Amino acid sequence: MELLQRFLKGEKPAIARVITKIENGTDPKLLEDIFPHTGKAYYIGITGPPGAGKSSLVNAIVPKLLENNKKVGIIAVDPTSPFSGGALLGDRIRMNDLALNENVFIRSMATRGSLGGLATKTKDVALVLDAADMDYILIETVGVGQVELDIAQVCDTTVVVLVPESGDAIQAMKAGILEVADILVVNKGDRTGADRLILEMKFAFELRVHNTGWHYPILKTTAIENIGIDELVSTIKSHREYLEKSGELEIGRKKKLVIRVNELIEERIKTHLHDYVIDQKQLKKMIDKAYDRKITPHYITDEIAKKIF
Amino acid sequence: MEKKIRILIGKPGLDGHDRGAKVIAAALRDAGFEVIYTGLHQLSESIVEAAIQEDVDIIGLSILSGAHMTIFPKIIDLLKQKNAEHIIVIGGGIIPEEDIKKLIQMGVKRIFTPGAPTNEIVDYINSIIH
Repeated sequence: MELLQRFLKGEKPAIARVITKIENGTDPKLLEDIFPHTGKAYYIGITGPPGAGKSSLVNAIVPKLLENNKKVGIIAVDPTSPFSGGALLGDRIRMNDLALNENVFIRSMATRGSLGGLATKTKDVALVLDAADMDYILIETVGVGQVELDIAQVCDTTVVVLVPESGDAIQAMKAGILEVADILVVNKGDRTGADRLILEMKFAFELRVHNTGWHYPILKTTAIENIGIDELVSTIKSHREYLEKSGELEIGRKKKLVIRVNELIEERIKTHLHDYVIDQKQLKKMIDKAYDRKITPHYITDEIAKKIF
Repeated sequence: MEKKIRILIGKPGLDGHDRGAKVIAAALRDAGFEVIYTGLHQLSESIVEAAIQEDVDIIGLSILSGAHMTIFPKIIDLLKQKNAEHIIVIGGGIIPEEDIKKLIQMGVKRIFTPGAPTNEIVDYINSIIH
């Protein structure tokens, strides 16, 4: 109980320890305890390909979000190696300006096997920071390609960061990353090709079916020189205002809760199947048969399914 | 889920030789640890604050500048001030024998010097955490 009290007082070591417990799944009751304290923070997602400047953008926009004595929690996700299970978490290198600010809390997370651009527990860790009285929660994904779109299932505003090297508009018109963008940023805007990419993106965005009143802005930034940052922050704020006024914030957050429940059900079913339904020894025997082409993977599935349905 | 060992690798002070720190960070990653690498020219205060927020088990400092007798005690002291003495401090660098003894007395758990095989460091970390 003592940990929870220290947590609610806002002590950073306690916040850090609660995150660890949630991340490792060692204390399921903790989430119950903190959940009533969540729902106040505004969630901003930063996603884009590796090297687009996501961490540098975070480092640039956070000082503006901190104005008026606001608090910001940052979750920076980097990939876990599927081979060793280890991870090198290096997003802090670009966030040096923020390291000692008492209104900032930064936590690096490794994906630990998750493939959607976030870690399996990022959503729960975001709740921890929300309960810790942060006004804004910034979530930075791993460097993504085209289909890692989990970020939009957590964040109220999703910012997609591209660079002139990201490719042409056809890349962006493929299904995926642009569809989750509430705001598109072309970073490293001082490089050749930035203006051309912005033009192509404007065209691509015009072709997109808009069923909301939001106009999907495209901005140019140079994060390390602080160029375009004021405009980005004010655009994030006007997106928030739009969501609040139109009622889409509530609708969106309810949708996210539905998605979360579905995910948790799937997770639980998977664990249950693995631990209680599937006899691993028997499965191994069947796999040997399938290897010899005597039975199909589909037959094995049917056999297992018989135990459930 | 099993508990992952988390370790912060930092380069405090003004020396810019980060090859060693990077080699260690990569070796620890390959050993299955989660390594938070904070980069060059870190203040002792930033390293300690990062270690607390990241809830790491170990801080590993790489110091090649000769400032080890100043920086290690400062980190140990800051950890005490912040009630984070549970975080183990280890280090590596060009550090003379007689200084190593003093540092261990001050509370540094172990110092590795040039030539230490990376698997020795990995085994050591596994042995003190598990």
